[in-house]
Amino acid sequence: MARTKRDYSLVGESTRKAIETGLASAEWYHTDVARKTMKELMQRSDGPAIRDTIIWIAAILGSAVGIVRFWGSWWVVPFLFVYGVLYGSSSDSRWHECGHGTAFRTRWMNDVVYHIASFMLMRNPVQWRWSHARHHTDTIIVGRDAEIAVMRPPDLIKAALAFTGILDFRYSLPTLVRQAFGKLSDDEKSYIPEMEQHKAVIAARWHMVVYVATIAVAIALKSWIPLVLIGLPRLYGTWHMVTTGLLQHIGLADDVTDHRLNTRTVYMNPISRFIYWNMNYHVEHHMFPMVPYHALPKLHELIRHDLPVPNPSIWHAYREVWPVLLRQLKYEDYYLKRELPPTAKPYRGELHDLDMTTAAAE
Amino acid sequence: MAEWVEACAVDDVDAEDVIRFDHGGRTFAIYRSPDDEFFATDGFCTHEKAHLADGLVMDDIIECPKHNGRFNYKTGQAKGAPVCVNLKTYPVKVEAGKVMIEI
Repeated sequence: MARTKRDYSLVGESTRKAIETGLASAEWYHTDVARKTMKELMQRSDGPAIRDTIIWIAAILGSAVGIVRFWGSWWVVPFLFVYGVLYGSSSDSRWHECGHGTAFRTRWMNDVVYHIASFMLMRNPVQWRWSHARHHTDTIIVGRDAEIAVMRPPDLIKAALAFTGILDFRYSLPTLVRQAFGKLSDDEKSYIPEMEQHKAVIAARWHMVVYVATIAVAIALKSWIPLVLIGLPRLYGTWHMVTTGLLQHIGLADDVTDHRLNTRTVYMNPISRFIYWNMNYHVEHHMFPMVPYHALPKLHELIRHDLPVPNPSIWHAYREVWPVLLRQLKYEDYYLKRELPPTAKPYRGELHDLDMTTAAAE
Repeated sequence: MAEWVEACAVDDVDAEDVIRFDHGGRTFAIYRSPDDEFFATDGFCTHEKAHLADGLVMDDIIECPKHNGRFNYKTGQAKGAPVCVNLKTYPVKVEAGKVMIEI
């Protein structure tokens, strides 16, 4: 069989096929949960997110003070480590939860943290709000999902470099510059409604104003510190975001309509869960994006009978996925089909079993 | 021509909640506000085809279960991305313990 060549652009052949076959904007599988229970799980509260945000900001400011105080000595390293992860990694989960509007009950609190976190990540807040909506509509549907982190066949060098933040930095900054000049790509236009596109341009301009001001201050002070505090953490602190984020979907199925097949839940240590705001319960999040991060462990307990057994650790998940990636280098249709417990409803295999059989036979 | 249709009994909807009502090939959402007033809108989100009856009612807001888009269910007003198009609302009255909507 000829090798399948996936077209990951959002306006190409895979897009056309996804729309024609009904994969785009499809009905997805959901585990049955009683309305009363789901209503309880969906309830919003400001308390947990205010507590976590105070801790988050205090730790950011504290480590920033440490960087300034110990700049020029080796004592600065632990402060850079903490600051980098808080700025370059935990901002991703804040961006994510506040983008969904589930972190806080109060809307403006979600919006404020969303914009701060978007800036830290060098993400256009308007563009990424829409790309993430698409990601939830068409999760890992080739030609539709704008947030597929590792495409097939996997580029392992690119994936490895992602941990350094270099590639993302190289993509994000020029993207913001382009958008600030009023230019949106065809892919971006495919998921940002026309009436919202000018907002994306304005947001990019505000981000650029802050970066230019930061550079100006660095030059005026003849110091690297302003850049180490604003902008560069996107490089040296991004590793935790990539470590946890890659596991969300890597090595699993594409072009299916069951999050149990294309999304992964991984048990993690409490520190990573604080940084990641419980997004390790990722199958649960995709099935029920209305449930706030602090209620995901409870949701997990409720529906785990219907989900694949979670990976017990980050390390376990990477060990499981590594041979899958190597196999995908040769057979890009290959994927990891995770076993369901006997208590679960079976997968709807009609969309993907053919590809699996072919890949396994080759 | 508009007609009044019985959508549900008053007790079918909890306070600060929503239920789905299908009629004539169309889907509606019937809301009961925290102060026990009833409202009706189209049943699907204007952003993508998701049943609002699976969403969350908070005060006078309905939040779509798919992308967390928010509408004021009393006025139909879209409250920001990812919803940009207002929701159609319908007149509602309560008669003899029944919720009636004009469609």
